[in-house]
Amino acid sequence: MALSNEYIKEKLIEKFGDQVTGFEEPYSLLTFRSDKEINLKVLNFLVEEESLQFGFLTDLCGVHYPDNKGQEIAVVYHLHNMRENVRIRYKVFTSIAKPEVYTATGIFAGANWMERETYDFYGVNFIGHPNLKRILNVEEMDYFPMRKEYPLEDQSRIDKDDEMFGR
Amino acid sequence: MSDNVLLPSGSIEKQTTTLNLGPTHPATHGVFQNIIELDGEKIVAADSTVGYIHRAFEKIAERRSLYQITPLTDRLNYCSAPINNMGWHLTCEKLLKVQVPKRVDYLRVIIMELARITDHLICNSIMGVDSGAYTGFLYVMQYRELVYEIYEEICGSRLTTNIGRIGGFERDFTNTAFEKIERFLREYPAVLKEFEDLFTRNRIFMERAIGAGPISAERALNYGFTGPNLRAAGVDYDVRVVSPYSRYEEFDFEVPVGSTGDSYDRFLVRNGEMWQSLRIIEQALRKLNDLKGEEATVYHADVPEYYLPPKKDVYTKMEALIWHFKIIMGEINMPAGEVYNAVEGANGELGFYFISDGGRSPYRLHFRRPCFIYYQAYAEMVKGAMLSDAIVVMSSMNLIAGEMDA
Repeated sequence: MALSNEYIKEKLIEKFGDQVTGFEEPYSLLTFRSDKEINLKVLNFLVEEESLQFGFLTDLCGVHYPDNKGQEIAVVYHLHNMRENVRIRYKVFTSIAKPEVYTATGIFAGANWMERETYDFYGVNFIGHPNLKRILNVEEMDYFPMRKEYPLEDQSRIDKDDEMFGR
Repeated sequence: MSDNVLLPSGSIEKQTTTLNLGPTHPATHGVFQNIIELDGEKIVAADSTVGYIHRAFEKIAERRSLYQITPLTDRLNYCSAPINNMGWHLTCEKLLKVQVPKRVDYLRVIIMELARITDHLICNSIMGVDSGAYTGFLYVMQYRELVYEIYEEICGSRLTTNIGRIGGFERDFTNTAFEKIERFLREYPAVLKEFEDLFTRNRIFMERAIGAGPISAERALNYGFTGPNLRAAGVDYDVRVVSPYSRYEEFDFEVPVGSTGDSYDRFLVRNGEMWQSLRIIEQALRKLNDLKGEEATVYHADVPEYYLPPKKDVYTKMEALIWHFKIIMGEINMPAGEVYNAVEGANGELGFYFISDGGRSPYRLHFRRPCFIYYQAYAEMVKGAMLSDAIVVMSSMNLIAGEMDA
């Protein structure tokens, strides 16, 4: 039996009720979110549940939404069920004032560096991570460069008229 | 001396040594530093460091239009740049819902498989160099040059190719390009055969590679391995087969699978894949010849909003120039949405996670780089091995610094 998006959605709602929300299917990839407090429970359920078996962590990354007050930072997991070849996307949101999410390293060994990268760029503090330090940037850095408050170009430049460049 | 080793007082036999393997030695493949704790010649612990050539691709991409991002992608895995380019264009096409003609798919397959061959031949021959055999490298190197000539014929550059456009190719393949591809298909099998003969049953090479850095299938999956490294551990996972793109489903090829997941298996899987890639290219050429009528000549989709106007027009017609400028500067907005698209890169699943908010640039672009994800298993794989194994294991993993550290 092919694993359909509706079935995964039903299973999740059956287990977690209204704690999992925001079901969408952009480009037919099932996307949903939950409270950050239960991220390990959801991940564990997705891995352990006999009929789901999303045992492969394809990708983990952060996104910054500065306008989303109280929930500025998203941590996005892409999971893959290799037997049925179904992918899903799971998001948790956390505030930028206290960006804390439980680490998934206990479930996926591969989450280790991906979480370090997310910490490096977005400052997400993965609670329980065995070695949470910067990985691509220098350790002396005291800011998180992928956040939107660090725009790429020097905004004080006046020799370029942005309107002329479609920006 | 590490704290966790209990020593009898005054003993020097049991003392451990801390050794910095890399980051500058050629055998450490780029800029990877491995801090290795040695007991004699045996590795008791290892810690890997990356982060020396970080270029902030993802940040830069947040300010650029789609075509301005293409040159960033071919600097990821620079041994097989066209696969990265194609992966990026396929992601854009998925987001923009662009359908490409048959011929484009076949041409893309040819280019991607050529790129896979060059990547694997470099990896395998360098593995020979790292284990003390230089000859094999010289055998195959001239054929990488031939493939680079093919790229040059198609797009004008050799290493960082920037091949392709959203919807197809900038120009059709020339006859010279096809002649060179056919020459490659004619001559390379003999060289590959000779290369295999030199290594596969070579006593010294076998002693160096068999049993070096093994990893079980469960562990490999848990670490997020993909590509030849995962297949060497016995998992039959190939993006080209499970979620085909560019009409890979029409091609007849096998996926070589190993069993033990050691360095020797990784070597064999890569060699096997080169043979399969040759098969795929042959089939693609035949399929191209079978195309009839308009299908046989069209080399790009009809999407003027995203496909750049021909260079000849850009230089001579005002409208074409304006349109070219508008596309390059990202005047044309993209639909909002989120898309994840993966291709089978030469060393694993290369994924692009693209969030668009409807503007000219991605709101967030994340590259899933296979190297970055599987290199974290290195410390575990060399633990308990000899120092000399550390080098072979590293070269057998096909680590590309540019991709790891994007």
